[in-house]
Amino acid sequence: MSDPMQAEQAHHGLQAQSDWGWLKDWRASAWSQFAATPWPTRKTEAWKYTPLKSMLGTEWSLSEQPGSATGTVFADWDRTVITLVDGKVTDHGALPEGVSVQLLSKATAEQRARFEQRLAKTLAGDQLFTTFNQALLAEAVWIEVAPETVLEKPLHINQVLSPNANGRAVPVRVMLDLGSRSQMTLVETFASESDGPVFINPVTEIDVGDSAKLTHYHLLLETGDVRHLGSLQAVLRAHSQMNSFHMALGGVLKRKDIVVRHCGSGAHLQLNGVYLPKGKEHVDYHTTLEHEVPHGTSNEVFRGIIGDDAKAVFNGRIHIHKDAQKTLAELSNKNLLTSHRAEINTKPELEIYADDVKCAHGATVAQLDKGSLFYFLSRGISRQEAEVMMSFGFINELLEALDDDPVKRLLRPLLASLFAKEDDLAGHLL
Amino acid sequence: MLNINDLHARVEDTAILHGLNLEVKPGEVHAIMGPNGAGKSTLGNVLSGRPGYEVTGGTVTYKGQNLLELEAEERARAGIFLAFQYPVEIPGVSNMEFLKASVDAIRSARGEEAMSSMDFIKLAREKCKAVDLPADFLKRGVNEGFSGGEKKRNELLQMMLLEPSLCILDETDSGLDIDALQVVARGVNELRSPDRGIIVVTHYQRLLDYIVPDYVHVLAKGRIVKSGGRELALELEKHGYSWIDEEVA
Repeated sequence: MSDPMQAEQAHHGLQAQSDWGWLKDWRASAWSQFAATPWPTRKTEAWKYTPLKSMLGTEWSLSEQPGSATGTVFADWDRTVITLVDGKVTDHGALPEGVSVQLLSKATAEQRARFEQRLAKTLAGDQLFTTFNQALLAEAVWIEVAPETVLEKPLHINQVLSPNANGRAVPVRVMLDLGSRSQMTLVETFASESDGPVFINPVTEIDVGDSAKLTHYHLLLETGDVRHLGSLQAVLRAHSQMNSFHMALGGVLKRKDIVVRHCGSGAHLQLNGVYLPKGKEHVDYHTTLEHEVPHGTSNEVFRGIIGDDAKAVFNGRIHIHKDAQKTLAELSNKNLLTSHRAEINTKPELEIYADDVKCAHGATVAQLDKGSLFYFLSRGISRQEAEVMMSFGFINELLEALDDDPVKRLLRPLLASLFAKEDDLAGHLL
Repeated sequence: MLNINDLHARVEDTAILHGLNLEVKPGEVHAIMGPNGAGKSTLGNVLSGRPGYEVTGGTVTYKGQNLLELEAEERARAGIFLAFQYPVEIPGVSNMEFLKASVDAIRSARGEEAMSSMDFIKLAREKCKAVDLPADFLKRGVNEGFSGGEKKRNELLQMMLLEPSLCILDETDSGLDIDALQVVARGVNELRSPDRGIIVVTHYQRLLDYIVPDYVHVLAKGRIVKSGGRELALELEKHGYSWIDEEVA
């Protein structure tokens, strides 16, 4: 048994507090698996470009009580909100009709039985930090949306780390089961008010029912001394649609494993994302599209702007199974390096076992286009402002592709201000 | 306003301009004509400060200052405007944002107050109408997916909003059908004024039916080899550029 992250005590402490035998077994099996897994090195393919050194040297503990946080990021808009501070649910607004939410920490005997069935279905697979999440899981938010429910307001899962979270590991699980023919927007945001070091370890599992339509945002807005290692697993049923938008600002270390499975035919996935590390930050997106059935379509577009000494990793895998005929899958990854020291490792991986499919991928790395820059200059715009506007434009192309909703309107100024070291340089983008 | 004296310039390792002389006074419209490869586009690019165009000799004075010492953005702020032969597409940045940033930069350089967003939108819509461009083009990415004619009209829209002192139109007529050509010409004619100089660079005489120049210059092999009035353009139209070559030789 190895425990390089010094989390064994936290695991045992958690186990000792619980009288729920099934849950304890479920966590214990994950702990054994985690402890038996060799700690990733440069030779471990999935972690080749993302060293985990910064996870060592801290004895990660779990928080008992949520700290106090202002929670001002992404706060002021019309939505149904569930707020978690340090992994504990602190605010749970009135739910619209057709939506039910259950919390693992407060499950009744009857709910426990259902939780057991639901958790047993989950796909830890070989993702190291999904396994870690299972081993230390104290809270899960399980959202069920009844069939044929159309939600007007987005549901916002607002996860905040308080200053109390320093030195803590914060594993949280969010599960969404969207009933057939239902439509909704789920917004997940992650923000930190902690000085760190802090380790947030979220897992999101989504099941999009037959002919259901989900718009999804998964926004990692933490900055500073935060490690965010987590995963998103989604299952698409027949003729469902999922439009999932991802964003990662910096932070010491971010790694998101995204797996989307086409389990019912005729489903469509739009998976877009942007990552914007600067300073010495590190962001890593590993995405996998599993086309298991025929007639599925996927379109994936990720873009990154990497500045200063930052590093980014993008690994986009498309796996088309033998029976998944008539699949259309496209993947594009474009990167902009705004410094000579910035680094990107991008790798598309195609594995195709069906013969009647269309599959395309492309990855590029570039600097800001000189011809475009001159166009700005020739109109009197300063070089600094031109660079801000061009960087923003590169990312904004993906925002423009989103439906017109309140999240897009919140994201725009956030992104605009991000590229400008001085406020007035973003003035024309707000 | 503009004085070009014995200008030599090269692009990378190729010398293109070999001693070009030209004087433009306020209120004048000069047409620069010439065969392909004569250096027509190089002239516009050198004047607007495009990187990669190196001046190897001669002087350019604009409103009494040494133009060649100014950065591209400083030239624009001093009132020089180049209408691009191939306008650049910038997806993700809306035309409106681009125009507002540009107008603000130039007004600020002139010591004028920034326009309010409301006033600007109103003005931009008005100018759109003048160049026959639907107002929803303001919301689209800069030149993104525009047709050739729409891009040229967008250049003209920028020119009208920026109100430059010296306009350089680099083959603005290329790729335009006759209707679009007339729209562009009407716009340029509207901008003619006693305190503004205009240089129209073109391969064909056609545009000059609509923008009647005060002077026509023939540019060949990097120099102005012949200057005259409007009739020179007609002569070129009739005889092509080969007789110039013979005359120069």
